[in-house]
This record gives sequence, C-alpha cells and structure tokens, in this order.
Amino acid sequence: MTVFAYGVAAWLVLIGIFGVVRSDNLIHTVICVAVAQSGTYVLLLTIGYQRGAAAPIFGSSTPKGSPVVDPVVQAMTLTDIVVSATVTALLLALVIQVGKRHGTIVPDELHELRG
Amino acid sequence: MQALPTLLIAVPVAGASLLLATGRLLPRGLVDGLAVAVTLADVVLAGLLLGATGDGRVVSWAGGWQPKPHLVVGIVLVADRTGAGLALLIAVLACCALVFSWRYFESVHAHYHALILLFTAGMTGFVLTGDLFDMFVFFELMGAAAYALTAFKIEEPESVQGGLNFGVLNSLGAYLTLSGIGLLYARTGALGLPQLSVALAGRGADPLVLAAFVLVCTGWLVKAAAVPFHFWLADAHAVAPSPVCVLFSGVMAPLGVYGVARVYWTVFHGVLPDAAVHRCMLVIGVATTALGALMCVTQRHIKRLLAYSTIAHIGLFLLGFAALSALGVAGAGVYLVGHAAVKGALFLLTGLLLSRYESVDELSLYGRARGHRLAGCAFVLGALALAGLPPFGTGLGKSLVDDAGASVPLTVLTVAVSALTGGAALRVGLRVYFGLGREPHPESTSDEEVTGRDEQPDARPPHNRTPTSMTAAVAVLLAGGLAVGVVPGFADGVGRAAAAFVDQHGYVMQALSMANAPSPAPPPTEWTTAGAVSGVIATVLAVSVACAGLYGRAPSWLRRPARPALHGLHWWHSGRIGDYAAWLVLGSAALAGLLIV
Repeated sequence: MTVFAYGVAAWLVLIGIFGVVRSDNLIHTVICVAVAQSGTYVLLLTIGYQRGAAAPIFGSSTPKGSPVVDPVVQAMTLTDIVVSATVTALLLALVIQVGKRHGTIVPDELHELRG
Repeated sequence: MQALPTLLIAVPVAGASLLLATGRLLPRGLVDGLAVAVTLADVVLAGLLLGATGDGRVVSWAGGWQPKPHLVVGIVLVADRTGAGLALLIAVLACCALVFSWRYFESVHAHYHALILLFTAGMTGFVLTGDLFDMFVFFELMGAAAYALTAFKIEEPESVQGGLNFGVLNSLGAYLTLSGIGLLYARTGALGLPQLSVALAGRGADPLVLAAFVLVCTGWLVKAAAVPFHFWLADAHAVAPSPVCVLFSGVMAPLGVYGVARVYWTVFHGVLPDAAVHRCMLVIGVATTALGALMCVTQRHIKRLLAYSTIAHIGLFLLGFAALSALGVAGAGVYLVGHAAVKGALFLLTGLLLSRYESVDELSLYGRARGHRLAGCAFVLGALALAGLPPFGTGLGKSLVDDAGASVPLTVLTVAVSALTGGAALRVGLRVYFGLGREPHPESTSDEEVTGRDEQPDARPPHNRTPTSMTAAVAVLLAGGLAVGVVPGFADGVGRAAAAFVDQHGYVMQALSMANAPSPAPPPTEWTTAGAVSGVIATVLAVSVACAGLYGRAPSWLRRPARPALHGLHWWHSGRIGDYAAWLVLGSAALAGLLIV
C-alpha cells in the first residue's frame, strides 16, 4: 500500500512535468503544473500515514498514547495547497493576458523571446 | 535582539498591507515616501541585526517554543553574519530601486510598491530562516511577487510571456525542492536545519538522502539560473521593469546559490562525500560561466546582455562555493555584493536609455545618447568594474574565488569570463553613449535574435534633464561597488561571516542550546598582487573585446564554423516553456549522476 502511494506521488510529479513539456496550450501547461504539485501532496501525506492510526486529535475516542498520523506533514500539505492556489491563479491570469496580447495561447506560436 | 529577525520580515509585510489598503486614497508622493520609509526602516533593522550577530548568531524560536534536550518542536530563525549581511543588501537594493522608481514611473499604482515590499520580505525570510520548510515557503513568497513584478507591464506581449516562463519553471523547481524536503523529513523526522544536521550526523549518504539533496538543490539552482536551469532568467530580466531587475539580478538569483550553500554547510557537510559535491558544483559552475559569457557577448538586446552576464557571474559564485572552504564562501560573498551594486547601476542606466529612446537595441541606439556624457561615463565605469577592474569589489571577489579554487585553468576561465562580460557591456557603453565603432546596420537581423528595438518603455521619458533621485540611485550603487573593494573592514567582515557560515558545529550548538561556541579563524581576504594583476589583465582584455566588437570583423576561417554554432546556441534558447521543463528534468538527473559517479 505505502509503496503504491509513493509510486503515485512520483508518477504525478513526472506526468505533470511531462505534460508541461508536451503541452500545446498554455492553460493545459498551467494545469499540468498543478498536477505536478498534487504529487507533492500525495508524497507528504504518505510520509505521515500509518495503517490503523486515527486523526491527530486527542479526545474521548483517541486517548493519549494511541497511534495517530503525523500532523506535521498535514500542516505542510495545507501550506502547499495555499501556495498552489496563489501560483495557479497568478499563472492563469498571465495566460489570459498572453491570450489577449498575442492572440494565441499555443506555445509554438509565441516567438517574442528567443536567443 | 531576539525580535530583530522577526521584525525584518514583518515590517515590509505590514508596509505592503498598509499600501494595498490605503494606496487608492493616498497621493502618489506619499505612497512613494511610505514605501521608501519602510525600506529605510529595513536598512536600519538589518544594520542593527548585523551588529547584534557579532561572530555568532541571533537565534529566535517562534512562539517561544524553545528547544529542550531531546525535544525540539519549534520553528527557528537563525541570523548569522551572512544572513544579516544579505538582509542588509536586500534592503539597500530595494531602497535604491524604489528611490529610482519615484520619478521613473509617471503613473504607477500602489500595488507596485506593495509587490516590491513583499518581494523584499520573501527574500529576507529566505536568508534568515533556519528551517528547511520555511525556506521553501519564503522561496514561494518571493517567487509569486517576482512573477507579478516581471509581468508588471501587463499590456506588453513579451512581459506576460516572460512572467509566465519564469513562473512555470520556478514553480516546477520549487515542487522538486518540496519533494526533497519531504524525503528528508521521512528519513529524519526533522525540518529545521540544525535538527536535520544532528539527525544525519554519523549516518552515511544513503540513496534516499542523496536523492533528497539532489531534489532540494534542483529548486535552488533553478532560482540561481545555473545551466541547464537558466533559461527563464534572460526572459524575465529582458521584460521586467529596470528597477526590478536591480533586485532580480543583484540578490534574487544569487540567493539560489546561497540556498545550496546554506543547506550543504548546515545539513549535508560530512554526510555527502566532499569530492562528489566539489566535482558536481565545479561542473555546473564552469558550464554556467562559459555559456553565460558566450550568450552575453553575442546579444544586442541590452537587458538580455546584462541578464546573460548575470548568469555568467552566478557561475563564478558557484565556483567559489565549489571550493568548499571558508575562503571560497568569502570570495563568493564579496563578489556577490560587488556584482549586485555594479549590475544594479548598469540596469538603472539601461532603464534611462529605454525611457528616453524607446529602445534597448544596441545597434539602433548607435551614438544616440551622445548628449549624456555623464551617464556614458557611469556606464563605462560600471562595465569596467564588471570586468574586475581593481579596486572595485568585483575584482577583489574574483581574486578571492581564484585563490580558493587554487587552479590555473580556473583562473584563466574567470579572467576570460570577466573579460567577455565586461567587454560586452563596455561595447554597449562606447557604442551608445560615445558613438564609437563602425556604423552598424540595425536592419540585419536573424530569426533567433531578440533586438529589443520595439520595446515599450517602462515609463515616459523624463522631461529635460534626469531627475536627481535617479542619478543619486545610480551613483550610490556605483560608489557601493567601489567601497566593497576599497574599505578594508568590508572584506574582513565578509571573511568572518564566511568562517561562521561554514562552522556547522557552531551553528547547531548555538541554534539548539544557545551555547556560543568560539568562531573559527577567518580566511585572509586582502587584495593580493596576483589578484590585482589578474583584475588588470581582465580589464585590458575586456577593452580589447569591446574594440573587437566595435571595429573588428571576424576572419572567415573563424566565421564559418562560429556562425552555425552561435545560431544553434541561440536556437536552443527557444522561449518555449516545454523545452525549459525538459531541461529541468535532464539537469536534475545530471546533478544526481555527477554526485554518484
């Protein structure tokens, strides 16, 4: 199970980057960046996961000392999601501007920056 | 004292929030005044922090989560002399950029100032934090502000494209870094640099730790624009407003090298074999300097030319780090500060050219700025300083990097690179301001060239003469570059900072138990005769490179093979995000290969 989850994480990061490499539409590019980032969420959550452990909230159902999953990686994932939301929104806004100024969002048709 | 690092990050964030909230209501002058006042407060705070660090570190645990023996849960800010010094440099450059912007932009909304302040806060946090995950967060904060600043001229096609390339590539790099941080946490259960250092001590370099190092370094090296992660830098610098380029070129990109050095010296030193890291950084450094210098000397778009020269110099900082010694760090440090000042001045002067003549094409600007002799002299002086003319700080830094490398081929390379980048800038200065050289034919262009002829100006031209505030910003930067090399206490201070920077044991001890261990002896950082001589040689060579560019015509036996090679080189920098992302993966794999072999 754990090995499988690590595999999923690596796959998501790599397929996201591959999507950016092969992309022929800038919106697709930005979404692929978000896919690559989802890989990091899966990786972080897998690191903190324990089979049979409860959520890290101690109370009547989970007495002190019972196994819980690692809250640190969950906090990191939350931070990561906030970062992702900001960056994806900013990049999509830039794509809209590219579309307006260049009249196209196909990377191969953008020739302003070379050499 | 404990509050200073926190304040340094909080003050610009508070200033930015205030500007965003009230910017619409305030008159323009007040917005500028407020922003400059915030950066000046930052300068004072960073100066105080630098004084407070002494030869040790100012450690502050957020929320009072002081570490207990065997139990460390807090998040820490560790300001040593290097971190505080960089924070001071960031604040001074931000102040210069804002003072220059005051009269440079005729109409600009308060969100420009707010973005600059947020950018400053992100970079300051990056250099002061002692926590690896916080480094990632501040990396993203400065990244997001930087993408927005790059695409600031939103009505211009190149700007938005440059911002997008920058954003996508840096985000991908950051996610690889985050994966590396996750792997390190999985292995050690720690995120703080001192805790990681303790957890990894005495453990060999197992494949997981090695993979984590490669992934973390990939993200930092993308920011540093090391080859083959460098593509975004020229695109971003070419389109960002000139005052922003001062911050991009002066500190933001070099912070990538800082990140690699900080993580190596606090966590991985003693874990990874020295020889492998040395070889890896040496290869990347040599590739970066050589490619940067070649691309620099074959540009005609002045801002791209300066951007490629930044790439070449970042390669030199990497070579300083590659020596893996206090002297190497000191050399890179002196070089970094000297380079930031000189390159900042050159970018500001280019900004003035752009706003006056609506072009940054070296060929079509031929002789058009003849009336501005003073600016011309400043540009030429900056170009000579870039080549390492003693007693500028760049010359001293280069000589220290050479000493640390202690190899003749490396010295030859640094002299050649300084000569090429300085010579290219000198060629621009002489051609544009003094009308020297054969009259060029600006119409002859090839497909693979960006000319910058139709560049939109950042701002309206100043009415008659250049406002004092703009001249002052340029003068302060050039004088700063000179002071780095001339004021004897400066290099001495950097030497002591470097000695503390590479003191892994002292860092861990002070962060975790507040014990102030005695600092190791600093490396010698004076001018040497050999260093001065190599600086003069580089300057003379730079003048000949400039003259060759102005008057010379390459002989046909050289032109025939060189033309397709250059053509290929320019074609390689295609401006396509997909290509850049492919090189990101290949570069990361190459990094791992270099460490394992």
